[in-house]
Amino acid sequence: MGNKLLLDQGSGGLASHRLVNEVFFRHLGNPILGRMDDAALLPRPKGPLAVSTDSFTVDPIFFPGGDIGSLAVHGTVNDVAMLGAKPLYLTCGFILEEGFDLDDLDRIVASMGQAARKARVKVVAGDTKVVPRGTADKIFINTTGIGEVVASPSPSGHRARPGDVVIISGSMGDHGLTVLSCRQGLAFDAPVESDCASLNHLILKLVTGLPAVHVLRDPTRGGLATSVNEIAQQSGVGVTLEEDAIPVKPVVRAGCDILGLDPLYLANEGKIICILPEKHAAKALTIMRRDPLGRDACIIGRVGAENPGKVVMRTGLGGRRLLGMLEGEQLPRIC
Amino acid sequence: MNSFEALRDPERCKAVLAQIEEAMQGQTLRFMEVCGTHTVALFRSGVHSLLPSSVVHLTGPGCPVCVTHESEVAAYMELAARPDVIIATFGDLMRVPGPGGSTLKKAQAEGARVEVVYSPFDALAVAANNPGDKVVFLGIGFETTAPTVAATLRLAKEQGLTNFFVMPFHKLVPPALDVLLSDPAMSIEGFMLPGHVSAMIGLKPYAPLADTYGIPAVVAGFEPLDLLQAILLMAEMKRQGKPRVINNYRRVVADEGNPKALSILYEVYKPGDALWRGIGTIPGSGLVMGDAYKAFDAFEALGVELKESKPLPGCRCGEVLKGIMPPNQCPLFAKACTPATPVGPCMVSTEGSCAAYFKYQLDLSPA
Repeated sequence: MGNKLLLDQGSGGLASHRLVNEVFFRHLGNPILGRMDDAALLPRPKGPLAVSTDSFTVDPIFFPGGDIGSLAVHGTVNDVAMLGAKPLYLTCGFILEEGFDLDDLDRIVASMGQAARKARVKVVAGDTKVVPRGTADKIFINTTGIGEVVASPSPSGHRARPGDVVIISGSMGDHGLTVLSCRQGLAFDAPVESDCASLNHLILKLVTGLPAVHVLRDPTRGGLATSVNEIAQQSGVGVTLEEDAIPVKPVVRAGCDILGLDPLYLANEGKIICILPEKHAAKALTIMRRDPLGRDACIIGRVGAENPGKVVMRTGLGGRRLLGMLEGEQLPRIC
Repeated sequence: MNSFEALRDPERCKAVLAQIEEAMQGQTLRFMEVCGTHTVALFRSGVHSLLPSSVVHLTGPGCPVCVTHESEVAAYMELAARPDVIIATFGDLMRVPGPGGSTLKKAQAEGARVEVVYSPFDALAVAANNPGDKVVFLGIGFETTAPTVAATLRLAKEQGLTNFFVMPFHKLVPPALDVLLSDPAMSIEGFMLPGHVSAMIGLKPYAPLADTYGIPAVVAGFEPLDLLQAILLMAEMKRQGKPRVINNYRRVVADEGNPKALSILYEVYKPGDALWRGIGTIPGSGLVMGDAYKAFDAFEALGVELKESKPLPGCRCGEVLKGIMPPNQCPLFAKACTPATPVGPCMVSTEGSCAAYFKYQLDLSPA
């Protein structure tokens, strides 16, 4: 294997086959993928299906706590799981830039394989395209996930009701700040690391132990503030969050202060928002805190009938303000 | 409790709130802050929602992005369209609308080369890495930011860079306060003075506020207790009828300011007139390139001119910036004018008075 990716390796000819065997099968192989037919043949599961797709273009492709490969698995696994589903299969499409480092590709695909095994999902179909230098940025990955819904009824953003509490599984903003600080070449005194992880095992425990879960959502792009706003609008309810209850690591808070960012709008890749009736909150917290990915789970707010479609923040001082959605991406500010 | 926790302590803040209530003695007072960071801090901390109704706290022209004039936007958009120009800018100018709704965000999508930087020194690196292109840094900001841009220009000169330019859009705070106070429609009874700007210029430029106009003024920090103490001091001075300029942010601001930063600033720049969105030209309220740095002036070197355009139709930002009209009483507010489609300067940046109202205020209906 040479060091840099050539256009030939996406041609469908022998060079393509070698790449598929030496990289993709080696790390992602399983009997279903190994049949090499035009489509994967899958057994029919008992419950309804949950399907989600996502494309990953993160820059940098390697960051503390993960890389574009593990992120492409975790991100889609989590989206499928949020419906109260058990993720079973993934498909992967790769768009690779001519000249991309083959060792980097190997590391990324190995990382995907490891993440998939940990989440217990199989990669059952895939595609690779190599595009001329300059027409893509190193590597883009699309993954589609298929899962079997086990919760009944399935959690949904439409199901938040007055009297529910809002639980978060851990600290906010870790992934977003990690990626932004890598991109800007900034180093902080304390290490900051992406939280990217597959949450499906934790979610399975939650929905099988607690059928009363109304909403599950992973606060990825747009962060907690955006996700809770979406839920308030979908359900036609008002949500009040307690500012002091929302966990943010000191290093993330300090980094955000320097960069002029709000951690509540930064992406998370290994956290869940769980909304359910207050009487079930203690049990949900117990289940979450037993899992390493939910160790810092806590109640951060309540759902009410007032201010439908809006999110109100009660500040540390006891004041109130609106927590809205952002117009676009957060931009570094002048002061 | 560390000192920062003490400045956010709910009990201490409640005690000051009670003192404010007492100092007001039933009268209504209208105070104004002229710093975007104060605007956001007041809303974000919840202080705004906790103030007694007798304190009317208004937001003045304190956001440097918001007061960037549409003619200035037109000038840098003209440069952004040139194939050999790279615009380097702080991120918050990306969405500021120029004539016809053009923005750097839109220009970037159409192929313009725009680099968002965290510091003007980063822009210098862009210039060094792209010797075949002309890198233009958009020099916005008040006295806080201007000295860093001046230091960057000094370094560019030392390094002999010939492809680095600055568009000096800087604005100075004291001349703007003067304009606000000389408007007969203005009824501000106390100024919360900016913390960062004051760290540079010190207290002296504010002396006319108390001496000439008889208005109490307090330099304030950005923590909840800082904000509340400043309001209390203004209320007490008003009650006693003894207006002064008080520095209540001594942990950062020295009374004499930062003479070293100012000497770098005036080595590179000299005072000149400036265009303010919503207000117009304010004499002596800007900075222009000094004679030794003319070669770095993007206007001169790249042949661009500032053409003053007509005020935006229907926009009442001038009145909002002067505290004559609260944001939610403007007929365009939250209707034609939103953060997605800002008509006037106050809706442009998150630190603008209307944008902060829109973003943080629970009840948006007119008072």
